Amino acid sequence: MTNLLQQIVSGLASGGIYGSLALAIVLIHRSTGVVNFAQGELATLSAFICWTLMDHGWAFWPAFGATLALSFLGGVALQQTVIRPIQSGPLLGIVILTIGLLIAVNGLDTWIWGGAAKQFKGPFSTSPINVGGVAFSKQDIGVIVVSILAVVLIGLLFAKTKLGLGLRAAAINPVEARLAGVRVGVMLALGWGLAAALGAVAGVLAAPSLFLEPNMMQTVLLYAFAAAVLGGMDSPVGAVVGGLVLGVLLNLVGTYVHWVGGELRLATALAVILGVLLVRPAGLFGRTAVRRV
Amino acid sequence: MSLLELRDVEARYGELRALHGVTLAVAEGDFVAILGANGAGKTTTLRAISGTVKTTSGEIFFDGQKVFRRTPESMARRGVAHVPEGRGTFTTLSVLDNLRLGAWVQRGFSTRDLAHVFEFFPRLYERRDQQAGTLSGGEQQMLALARAMMAKPRLLLLDEPSLGLAPRVVREIFTTLARMNETGTTIVVVEQNAMIALAAARHAYVLETGRVVLGGDAADLQRNESVRRSYLGY
Repeated sequence: MTNLLQQIVSGLASGGIYGSLALAIVLIHRSTGVVNFAQGELATLSAFICWTLMDHGWAFWPAFGATLALSFLGGVALQQTVIRPIQSGPLLGIVILTIGLLIAVNGLDTWIWGGAAKQFKGPFSTSPINVGGVAFSKQDIGVIVVSILAVVLIGLLFAKTKLGLGLRAAAINPVEARLAGVRVGVMLALGWGLAAALGAVAGVLAAPSLFLEPNMMQTVLLYAFAAAVLGGMDSPVGAVVGGLVLGVLLNLVGTYVHWVGGELRLATALAVILGVLLVRPAGLFGRTAVRRV
Repeated sequence: MSLLELRDVEARYGELRALHGVTLAVAEGDFVAILGANGAGKTTTLRAISGTVKTTSGEIFFDGQKVFRRTPESMARRGVAHVPEGRGTFTTLSVLDNLRLGAWVQRGFSTRDLAHVFEFFPRLYERRDQQAGTLSGGEQQMLALARAMMAKPRLLLLDEPSLGLAPRVVREIFTTLARMNETGTTIVVVEQNAMIALAAARHAYVLETGRVVLGGDAADLQRNESVRRSYLGY
């Protein structure tokens, strides 16, 4: 029983990281239809930036704030310089381009910071607390809280603000949105900026427990895709819930299904993707558009 | 003075020339119908005005000023609302969100405007929380109109508002347009249904293969022999 609780708590903690990266992926996908394969590497880059600032003597929170701002601007700049010129072209081209970005950013990280893993001291202590036989750290709780907070904030932005309405409109029907006066180009750039900032949250959350190195987010990206597919590629809530569920599921399967163990963790995630696509392609929270014809 | 003036406007889709020099004027407060067969350039004329297609030559004046780089966004901000054919609504947004979006170019979002629009369209009030895509065709056209109204446009461009709708609904829509026109909105409507368009409009133009071939009082055009034969069918 204790072991079960233990697996659930640590599953939620890793799930929070998958969920926040999945949230970034979903944001871009729902506004442009693009699956951004570089999202994980961008998150790693953000974590490196945060690490560098702290290495220069910044305290965590100011460094984190600056990282979020820089990542946001970086996302906007990336969309404007690299994505926009081919925005009107075939979707496949953009997706392939993001794979190119993945490789480029990974190379950039290695070039600047080297391949050796760095220790990243986050804001939350990683030393275990023991409650009724279940061991977890403040870091675990922090990850879960921050990822839920992120989705609540994003949800409020979309549902309650004029900017959110514009972002949704630009995603649903760009031609009509322009006729209503929405600057769709600006909305797309802001979408990339928001996604990059969310990716930064994921990267900084992950760095203390995963060790910071250029390939840090590569497997996380695959889990994030599984989480996004599970929750629904267009649902921000689904992304985070999908992340948390996936984290717990992987832990439970790894613990109780003996022939899976730790080695087949990734394979289990891919099985989840396959299963969801077969049974419920829209995901748990995905809404299929209702249309009267 | 004219609110809108097109001088010798040309537009093309790739190699295909859609407008061969359209010249027309719309006075402030006017209600203008644009008639013509399929492919005559009616839709393209509206698109040229709202900046949805680029024009290759000619000039467009709005409110006495020549408008150079027209984009849909900038024209919307100048007070042009364009309701394209096929009832442009955001199908997965709620009715209320669609209306909020209509007021995008307004600084704030006023509940008074919303109440005013719901007075025009009581049925939309009943369905305010529904997804726009679940409305009937007529209701979606109403929503498209209502959304345009939220922008408080100076010029309303409508493309085939009667398309695919029952005669009763079409009458309802044109009654609404007449009321909007009375309250000061200048309207340009493109219609296949020449009968109802000429009955509602004050002035009309007839387009043929990308050119204006006839223009004048709607009542005169209604009596015009060739218009009767080609567009009214009697």
